Amino acid sequence: MPKLTIDGIEVEVQDGLTVLQACEQIGIEIPRFCYHERLTIAGNCRMCLVEMERAPKPIASCAMPAGEGMVITTNSPAVKKMRQGVMELLLINHPLDCPICDQGGECDLQDQAVGYGMDRSRYTEEKRSVKDKTFGPLIRAMMTRCIHCTRCIRFSSEIAGVPELGATGRGEHMEVGTYIEKALTSELSGNMIDLCPVGALTSNPYAFNARPWELKKTESIDVMDAVGSAIRVDAKGPEVMRILPRLNEDVNEEWISDKTRFACDGLKRQRLDTPYVRRDGKLEPASWDEAFSAIADRVKGMDGSKFAAITGDMACAESMTALKDLTAALGSDNIDCRQDGAALDASCRGGYVFNTTIAGIEEADACLIIGSNTRKEAPIINARLRKRYLMGGFKAGMIGEAVDLTFKHEHLGAGTDTLSEIADGKHSFAKILKKAKKPMLILGQGALKRSDGTAVLAMARQIAEDNGMISDDWNGFNVLHTAAARVGGLDLGLVSGDVASILDGCGSGSIDVVYLLGADEIDMNRLGKAFVIYQGHHGDAGAHRADVVLPGAAYTEKNATYVNTEGRVQRGRLAVFPLGEAREDWTILRALSDVLGHKLPYDTLSEVRQRMVAINSVFDGDDEVTGGAWGEFGVKGKLDSSAFVSPISNFHMTDPISRASETMAQCIEALLGDNKGKTGTDG
Amino acid sequence: MSTDTATVEQPTSFAFSAENQQKLKGIFAKYPEGRQASAVMPLLDLAQRQHDGWLPRAAMDHIAELVGLAPMRVYEVATFYTMYNLAPIGKNHLQVCTNLPCWLRGSDEVVETCKKKLGINVGETTPDGKFSLSEMECLGACVNAPMMQINDDYYEDLDAASTAAILDTLSTGGTPKPGPQNSRKGCEPEGGLTSLTDAKGDA
Repeated sequence: MPKLTIDGIEVEVQDGLTVLQACEQIGIEIPRFCYHERLTIAGNCRMCLVEMERAPKPIASCAMPAGEGMVITTNSPAVKKMRQGVMELLLINHPLDCPICDQGGECDLQDQAVGYGMDRSRYTEEKRSVKDKTFGPLIRAMMTRCIHCTRCIRFSSEIAGVPELGATGRGEHMEVGTYIEKALTSELSGNMIDLCPVGALTSNPYAFNARPWELKKTESIDVMDAVGSAIRVDAKGPEVMRILPRLNEDVNEEWISDKTRFACDGLKRQRLDTPYVRRDGKLEPASWDEAFSAIADRVKGMDGSKFAAITGDMACAESMTALKDLTAALGSDNIDCRQDGAALDASCRGGYVFNTTIAGIEEADACLIIGSNTRKEAPIINARLRKRYLMGGFKAGMIGEAVDLTFKHEHLGAGTDTLSEIADGKHSFAKILKKAKKPMLILGQGALKRSDGTAVLAMARQIAEDNGMISDDWNGFNVLHTAAARVGGLDLGLVSGDVASILDGCGSGSIDVVYLLGADEIDMNRLGKAFVIYQGHHGDAGAHRADVVLPGAAYTEKNATYVNTEGRVQRGRLAVFPLGEAREDWTILRALSDVLGHKLPYDTLSEVRQRMVAINSVFDGDDEVTGGAWGEFGVKGKLDSSAFVSPISNFHMTDPISRASETMAQCIEALLGDNKGKTGTDG
Repeated sequence: MSTDTATVEQPTSFAFSAENQQKLKGIFAKYPEGRQASAVMPLLDLAQRQHDGWLPRAAMDHIAELVGLAPMRVYEVATFYTMYNLAPIGKNHLQVCTNLPCWLRGSDEVVETCKKKLGINVGETTPDGKFSLSEMECLGACVNAPMMQINDDYYEDLDAASTAAILDTLSTGGTPKPGPQNSRKGCEPEGGLTSLTDAKGDA
């Protein structure tokens, strides 16, 4: 614990901290460009210079370890002059094109130039310019503005684990780029835009659309995958302009995936903004009254058992609660939240959440991944696994498709044969799990959405129990979901029906009316002659098949609760109002229930939330993980020896919003080329 | 050399010759287990010698695979050092030092002679592919300034006449004698020793 003096203040800091970190601890801000607390130290921008007693030269505080008895000065005229010198050098080759630069208003260089810059330049020679580079459809690269801080290079090789960026050439000819013109293939590439302290890397879809001070910022939660990343929705008037990450150390740290960040342009396309009713085989715009009465005509007086409901992957807990209550009021228990038919058991919470928690991954020392391509299914969790791998002493094994997970792992096998070997302790990886102090396993939907899903689930539980993954202070059993709504649906107990039998019922005629709450991933052809009510925000598969379409709100347009794969209850917030006639989803169900004569007993959001808490007390929490109870789940049975297949074959298009997104389509074109037009979740 | 190699026609594949495959093993053996990435520079040099003095992208990719580095890391190394040529280069690469000591001793004359005799500018290659001319930063032979490096050899204490003679020898396919081109022996003073004259041999 070295003790040092900074600007006359004595401070004792932890071992291993740098002078810059020590300064931060007592609230002294040191300007910097290259230093970033989540990246390795580069020490090449020199902006963080401070004076150290008895040192002949100024020191770079970001790279200097805090030592016993150091006397540091950060506010002397000499320090100010040094930083001014550094700033002048940085600005020599910087174009100063702030008026046409998208970073303007949120630019580190701009801000610090106010503090340390001069009001005029002494440099009269020609400035360096760099040919523009292409980094793919997401990132706009204006490399003339680059100040060579190398944050993007370090991010791509350290955090993303896809070392495609580098610095070529040297001295004045040094350029940051990919050397070979190509699109970046990382699922986290958008974070480089946030990391770039200047306008060299900016968001391509957002280019020239808004200035930061024009935007209304709303803190919310992402629903593109089941991670529930903390996001900030930036809106200008009625339009969502961009999505940025928000700090949440427990979930996403400060990263978000490219789909989370860039799929938001899908919110402007193919939207349902008015109710529709199918007349003579064609969907026609209608009023809410007409739509409701069309439903009432069909449902009123119908035998309750002929009604079924399926909730989609982006449904909020509020609307699922209302639909659950409405279904029950109509006399049916045919409701399911598992569109993909995953064999998840809602009776035991420990059996369907990510018990270790995302932050808890950092404590694990061995990990078995079963039937999941974590890189595509949850890039943020994959980044955490990589972070754990980089800390050392972490052994990972994977059963499923052989893919590049960006961290070193052993590909153990493709399917259940290998899984059985590990369960029987015969496989070499079983020994690694046995020896590990805190072993964990990640069970993906690719292993559960199969006919033998319950048997796989039971076997995974057996592996967890046999290998010491379950103890009082450690739970290494994790289910990785891909749908933001799934854990919420399971918490609400939306498993009394079963998608497969609902679809069979539609075919055989035993089910007359199906209510799809944003459910687009089922095979619509199997709905047979059933009367389909679709409530959702996009004109996707469900709306095309529907007989009545009720326009709902997307995740940016409502105050809604989502439970992430860890079982963390989080609240998304309304950033813009729903489009046109669209309404917040639970209010639609509440209004419909009145028309159907089964008025739901809640009129306000807080009353719905009270009802949620009554159903399951976990909804009482906010941004908390409520530990799941451990118990019996899964049914031992015969295993199918076919290989596990990840549910996500196309990362960029997995849901109605990303399918409507032009940016995501461009990504697919740039990265996959031949896979153009493939829709993705069909797996 | 310039890092902009976008216009260079690249071969689609690269493989080390059988002879170089053997050398490769020797190079790898120099580095401790798990540190094979360190072999990247000698391997790039080996590939360049095999491939007419320049490094095609396929060679860099191949080496990246051999040493277990991301291709980008190899591009970084190859573009950083001027000794690696990323575009086709003449059979004789004339690298004239034009830093201060050489310039004071007349490197301008050397560059001018090369330009005039070969009819090319700095950074260019003669149409017959025999000569390329580059200006170099200090090559560490200031004691024998001015100097130029041709492929692996240093030619020192140059002037216009000796430069022209070297170029003539090279263009007829001969090999000029490396080292000082005047009467000097190594870096001893011109005209023999001026001090320590009696300290011979075992001093």
